[in-house]
Amino acid sequence: MQELNTLIASLEQALLSLDRLKAQEVLQSALTGQVEPLIVATLEKIGEGWETGDVALSQIYMSGRICEDLLNTILEPNNEAIAEQPKMAIAELHDYHLLGKRIVYSIMRASGFDLLDYGQKEVDELVELVQKNEIKILLISTLMLPSALKVKEVRAKLELRGLDVKIVVGGAPFRFDEQLYKDVDADAMGKSASDAIKIVKTMIEEQK
Amino acid sequence: MTENTMTSMQRVLTTLGHQEPDRVPLFLLLTMHGAQELGISIKDYFSNPEHVAEGQMRLLEKYRHDCIYSFFYAPIEVEAFGADVLYVEDGPPNSSLPLIRKHDDIKRLKPPNAKESPCLIKVYEATRMIKSKVENEVPIIGVVMSPFSLPVMQMGFDKYIDLLYEQPDLFQQLMAVNEDFCVQWANAQLEAGATAICYFDPVSSPTIIPREMYLKTGFEVAKRTISQIKGPTATHMASGFTLSILDDVAQTGTAVIGSSTQEDLSALKAASQGKLTILGNLNGIEMRRWTEDQAEAAVREAIAKAGPGGGFILSDNHGEIPWQVPENVLAAISNAVRKWGQYPLDWIEDYGK
Repeated sequence: MQELNTLIASLEQALLSLDRLKAQEVLQSALTGQVEPLIVATLEKIGEGWETGDVALSQIYMSGRICEDLLNTILEPNNEAIAEQPKMAIAELHDYHLLGKRIVYSIMRASGFDLLDYGQKEVDELVELVQKNEIKILLISTLMLPSALKVKEVRAKLELRGLDVKIVVGGAPFRFDEQLYKDVDADAMGKSASDAIKIVKTMIEEQK
Repeated sequence: MTENTMTSMQRVLTTLGHQEPDRVPLFLLLTMHGAQELGISIKDYFSNPEHVAEGQMRLLEKYRHDCIYSFFYAPIEVEAFGADVLYVEDGPPNSSLPLIRKHDDIKRLKPPNAKESPCLIKVYEATRMIKSKVENEVPIIGVVMSPFSLPVMQMGFDKYIDLLYEQPDLFQQLMAVNEDFCVQWANAQLEAGATAICYFDPVSSPTIIPREMYLKTGFEVAKRTISQIKGPTATHMASGFTLSILDDVAQTGTAVIGSSTQEDLSALKAASQGKLTILGNLNGIEMRRWTEDQAEAAVREAIAKAGPGGGFILSDNHGEIPWQVPENVLAAISNAVRKWGQYPLDWIEDYGK
């Protein structure tokens, strides 16, 4: 355990200072089966730093990008992906501010989750895709309040089609009003990208 | 309730001088609500400067607050650069596809002529119309996006962060273009009658980039740009944190800092004492569902924390109040400032006991 904590501290330091080589070294020194928990714990720690104001969004974005790149291109293909995942997707709803979605996508992928990236979608297009791909967990990112309020339409249209989908929302409007996710009939709200990992893990456990 | 003895302009100037005016000034940073007043769509509203001038005057009369906000919408600047703007029915217009698709596009980017840009001309016209009505009694707050934050709309946030970390030369080229444009645009608004310019710079917030990077980038850009703007400026980080860079921001030459609702207003006030006036920090997102009592409680708390000694303007925390915030909440905020914001703030001694 002590060793994992040391690795987490080293990886955190490497990521926050954008030291890709050091991050690669730390990941390569991890034992088989340790890579995914190491990345998840480190990105969670960095995410907590954002919530307290100690870490900047640009550092979270670059950390996610580095981890994703290392897993995809430098290390062996990630064979530690979490088994038996429900079908998941992520989308930016209505507005065009894609950074939040991209960060969550990178961090989820770097943490071993497999999910579809729908890009920017309007309500009807999104509902159509969710049905077609039989999505069970849908992550929705928004920056603008009007977009956040449209999650309620997504929920209503999914229900009309009889689709049982867990909706996880994130983005500035939800961070500034912690009641908003309930008002729009989402199941959960993540304050940071690493929150998404915790929430999705819990949902997967509950669905077993 | 004491009768006010100062004009809005006197009230604001007094608090900017870190003295107590007759009462705490209130800036309701309303844009789209003008369209509600006129009963027209947001798109129609911003298509005609007469609408905006009329809307702002009606909002001033209705809520008796202390500024005119001549801000139209954030993507007006990328519109001047040639981008499309997308209107929605219930919120501010968004910028469409980025102008800069790949980093090399920066090499061909030229600043538009701010004085001749059709979309910006509407802002100058609205400002002139308003100025002829309010004269020097009410400050008119114009808006620019900082050269450092504009690229989020010019190229998308992710590509901009990549540029910041990986392409320092191209970043400097982009800043040169944006600084040229920003200075022209700010000074044209001042010439049209704006009293001050709100310099929106969310990317400089430690919420978005670490302080070490800010000092090398957004801080230097702000110093160069603000020094060329021929009027007072207020810096706003649109809900981002500011506490850890307050001293740095003060050195950029700005007089006011917008504050996040997620930071402690008492700490911000203490840290900015005598250096910067605090603008903020009512939660604009929660505001849409506040009761009138909640609005009053929020106003009272903000005044208790930041009102004493002046150097404080009550406002929302983002720099634009959402379309969804209802009239009764805005009226309750205005009434609460009159009830709790009269100086001297004697009631504060017993507040919270």
